[in-house]
Amino acid sequence: MAELLAWLKERAKGDLLLWADQLSAANRFKVSVRDVENAALENGLLPARYQRNRNMFCLDDQLKLFKSKVAVIGCGGLGGYIIEELARLGVGTIVAVDPDVFEEHNMNRQLLATPDFLGIKKVAAAARRVDRVNPAVELLPVGLAFGMDNGKRILEGCHVAVDALDSIAVRLELAEICQEESIPLVHGAIAGWYGYLMTQYPGERSLQKFFAHNSQESGLEKHLGNPSFTPAVVASLEVAEVCKILLNQGTPTRRRCLSIDLYDMEFVEIEC
Amino acid sequence: MKITVKLFAGFRENRFKVAERELADGCTIAGVLSDLGISEPELGVALINGRHVTLDQVLSDGETVSLFPKVGGG
Repeated sequence: MAELLAWLKERAKGDLLLWADQLSAANRFKVSVRDVENAALENGLLPARYQRNRNMFCLDDQLKLFKSKVAVIGCGGLGGYIIEELARLGVGTIVAVDPDVFEEHNMNRQLLATPDFLGIKKVAAAARRVDRVNPAVELLPVGLAFGMDNGKRILEGCHVAVDALDSIAVRLELAEICQEESIPLVHGAIAGWYGYLMTQYPGERSLQKFFAHNSQESGLEKHLGNPSFTPAVVASLEVAEVCKILLNQGTPTRRRCLSIDLYDMEFVEIEC
Repeated sequence: MKITVKLFAGFRENRFKVAERELADGCTIAGVLSDLGISEPELGVALINGRHVTLDQVLSDGETVSLFPKVGGG
């Protein structure tokens, strides 16, 4: 380890560790690029891929992101973008949960849905994508339907859970498990031009209140479907919330719900 | 009684953004939905003067009702 560190420090440009050197170090010292990233961040070196983050996040913040584990429940419209953005942000461990395979009707909006991935498990595609985007990030694929039976196990050790589900009933199960396990939950939902965003900490029940009646029915999405842009917008808002929660910065959308209307371009806060 | 109704997101389609409605005294949120042709499962959240209320909440003259549709896609 001391040898690796000395080598990294010698190669660093200022406090930046270039990708080529990160890769060389992994080969030379027979460790993973993930191990190299960990060693770099713990010793004051910033992998150069994060240099445009640094005026927003200090090195300790970047290390905190790397040490974080975030569960993304659902790998469709929202989930695809959420996973992409978490991986680029440098969140070290992502648990991706979805039982489905890609189908043709996913390709109008789902980031990971490409012709070569048709018929492929969504979580397998997510793992391949993250490996290409940021190999220092570990994606743990869970190809199961999330529910009360397996939720606790899936969320084990996670610092935040991100709702990218397409079922209100399962969302409420996710909210219950997050409550029991004391995990903050970022809720997002979309339909057509519209969406909602809400963050809920343990002890808060905004989401349960929001869906207090008729939780078994689906919403507006059933007849509106979803275009390419709405998932990208709401997913990005969710990742911003995750980032703030992990770093304990800024003001999350707590005890309020943001209603997003891209048709009339209106963002309205609902008190919860 | 006169009630101001504000509609949000998809509820505006073929309806309006904001309108004054004349409703019978004792009318509830459920009554407003039925007046607008919105079925109860379509509703996400109802607010009276910005406060979260349930479907059986009785309205008073001059109040403002805001209705948000239920959205569950991902």
